[in-house]
Amino acid sequence: MNRRDALSRVALLFGGSIIGAEAFLSGCKTATKYGASMNFTPDDIAYLNEIAETILPATNTPGAKEAKVGEFMTVMVKDCYEEKDQKIFMEGMGKLDEACQKKNSKSFMESSPAERHDFLVALDKEAKDYQKSKKAEDPSHYFTMMKQLTLTGYFTSEPGATKALRYVAVPGRYEGCIPYKKGDKAWATS
Amino acid sequence: MPGDSLNVNINAGGVAKNTFDAIVIGSGISGGWAAKELCEKGLKTLVLERGKDVVHLKDYPTATKNPWDFEHRGEIPINTAKENPILSKCYAYYEGSQHFFVKDKEHPYVQEKPFDWIRGYQVGGKSLLWARATQRWSKYDFEGPGRDGFAVEWPVTYDEMAPWYSHVELFAGISGNKDGLDTMPDGEFLPPWELNCVEKEIQEKINSTYTDRRSIIGRCAHLTKPNQIHLDQGRQQCQARTLCERGCPFGGYFSSNASTLPWAAKTGNLTLRPDSVVHSIIYDEQKGKATGVRVIDAHTKEATEYFAKVIFVNAACLNSNLILLNSTSNRFPNGFGNDNGLLGKFVAFHNYRGTLTASYDGHLDQYYYTRKPTGAMLPNFRNVHKQETDFLRGYMMHYSAGRGRGDASNKEDIGGAFKDAISEAGGWGVFMMMQGETIPKETNHVRLSKDVKDEWGIPQLITSVGYDDNDEKLLKDFLEQGEEMLTKVGCKNIQTNDSKQAPGLDIHEMGGVRMGKDPKTSMLDKWNAFHNCKNVFVTDGAAMVSTSTQNPSLTFMAFTARAANHAVEELKKGNI
Repeated sequence: MNRRDALSRVALLFGGSIIGAEAFLSGCKTATKYGASMNFTPDDIAYLNEIAETILPATNTPGAKEAKVGEFMTVMVKDCYEEKDQKIFMEGMGKLDEACQKKNSKSFMESSPAERHDFLVALDKEAKDYQKSKKAEDPSHYFTMMKQLTLTGYFTSEPGATKALRYVAVPGRYEGCIPYKKGDKAWATS
Repeated sequence: MPGDSLNVNINAGGVAKNTFDAIVIGSGISGGWAAKELCEKGLKTLVLERGKDVVHLKDYPTATKNPWDFEHRGEIPINTAKENPILSKCYAYYEGSQHFFVKDKEHPYVQEKPFDWIRGYQVGGKSLLWARATQRWSKYDFEGPGRDGFAVEWPVTYDEMAPWYSHVELFAGISGNKDGLDTMPDGEFLPPWELNCVEKEIQEKINSTYTDRRSIIGRCAHLTKPNQIHLDQGRQQCQARTLCERGCPFGGYFSSNASTLPWAAKTGNLTLRPDSVVHSIIYDEQKGKATGVRVIDAHTKEATEYFAKVIFVNAACLNSNLILLNSTSNRFPNGFGNDNGLLGKFVAFHNYRGTLTASYDGHLDQYYYTRKPTGAMLPNFRNVHKQETDFLRGYMMHYSAGRGRGDASNKEDIGGAFKDAISEAGGWGVFMMMQGETIPKETNHVRLSKDVKDEWGIPQLITSVGYDDNDEKLLKDFLEQGEEMLTKVGCKNIQTNDSKQAPGLDIHEMGGVRMGKDPKTSMLDKWNAFHNCKNVFVTDGAAMVSTSTQNPSLTFMAFTARAANHAVEELKKGNI
């Protein structure tokens, strides 16, 4: 039983007459905490950074947080998204935390890296299933948007392009055929 | 007369100060060549460019930026994209190149039929933005219209053009392999780029499977190994950055800015005037020739006249048409030189609608080092020696192969293992596209609007250019042949696609002021001069009789150099 359910039961016991119960409940609704407006707060950015870091964590190469992917997401949503997609992304920020709350009985930020990972694996599956079944004109799942922005933002960032991938700004030459072995990094630009 | 309404300002110093030996309208790929040739031959030459100045090296603000230096990592913000629905379709338009493209709203035109008109208004024009593929047209291209009767005969032969191809190739710097194909004649080549392992394997399979098809490495205007003439231009070897459309700080590819214009300036004979919108060409009835051009300042809107003995029209195909249509006089009430009523007609382009994608198994132990600015080419094999199909002409194919990113076999697409997997090279993919010849038709035309003008008081252009049944058949054949070829070479997951894109997006529009032998059926003679006004030359795409299946820019360069040298000879003889 989570806190919301508990309070609801209490309210029920008292005939719904707890003064301020609704305000108290909504105050705890993490669903409205993130993505309240397009003026993203530092909390919003920190939260998006952690989502991105869970998708692409630091391994022996930097993670998405170091690549400032959270901030990148906010820029792209503001400047490059259609209004209807902006709405889905902003609402999605709340929905993701709400779903996490439901699954882990704690917010995304309160969850451990392992809990975040398992939660996003499930959410990724849900998003993929949705993408497969949706009509072409239907908007994308919010997590599909977050994940796409994470991948784009990370692999075009300096840490992503130069450390996770291989980046040569001024190659000076081209060779058509060189050896490649499993584990070698891909080129950052084509 | 349109000119009468202009408040013409002859600058202090009078006519003399505004008088040159030659005027070149436009500073793009052909205008740059006209400037170089005319200046080298000692003519005081004025180059008029409607757009802003772009100085090589100095005015390439994005040239050395990394992907992460762009706020949107290359993507065009949505409001900008929505303001530019036409431009946003162009493959080369992105955050790093946007400053070199004409914005839709600033230069409107009227689409009677859908036509995506992509323009670059600046010194250098689209020579900064082009895709740099440079193949000679073949004798079959020049003989085609006469042989098959789908257009007037070309007034020149391949053999007449060959020395001029050499002339421009040596200076511009063209990389390529001598393949010995008469469908795509060899030129004066710098070393070729190398195909990658999969492209090479596909090439070998195509060449051993088909007797009528030869796959070759692309030919392009890149300095793979600069000669002294290129170093003298201040250019260096191409560094394989493939960020060309931002302007190249190495001068690694050919542009007017890096090559012909500074070369012309070095002679001391060049006057370059940016922000100069050409309104019309001035025709003098008594002299029986053109005497100059009317120019409107792009910013002040002030009109000025400039005078010269010879005028080169190189405003790019449709704008050359526009200027000529707007150049009316008592002698030419329907547009410059337009006695036969054909000005603006027989516009053609390249059919780019068909593409294929596929995957290619194996070769996972092979990769390539960095980026090359070209791919593989497959010259046209349809109707080469005689008419064989139920459609006229043919298409060339461009194809390339590359490795994607990531191993698709992950159990989970979240987390460290996922990140590491998609940081590796993935499987090979193959991309193939067509470049189809289209048939010039009188109905495919441009004309001036009687209702709407631009900001400079010049009538807007109406485009009435569309596909026909021949284009549909050609597309179908390309997709069938492409699929068959990719199947035979062992590709998997082959997908065919018809983009249905409008004409124009190919950025290969040609015609409207075509050359020809007969003044009744063509506008220009074999030297690109008007049949009925020998001191005006049109040497950009507007002059083309047919479109070939090759990329056109190298041919525009060759025609321009040839015409400029002819103009100088005629001036010396006192003929013009």
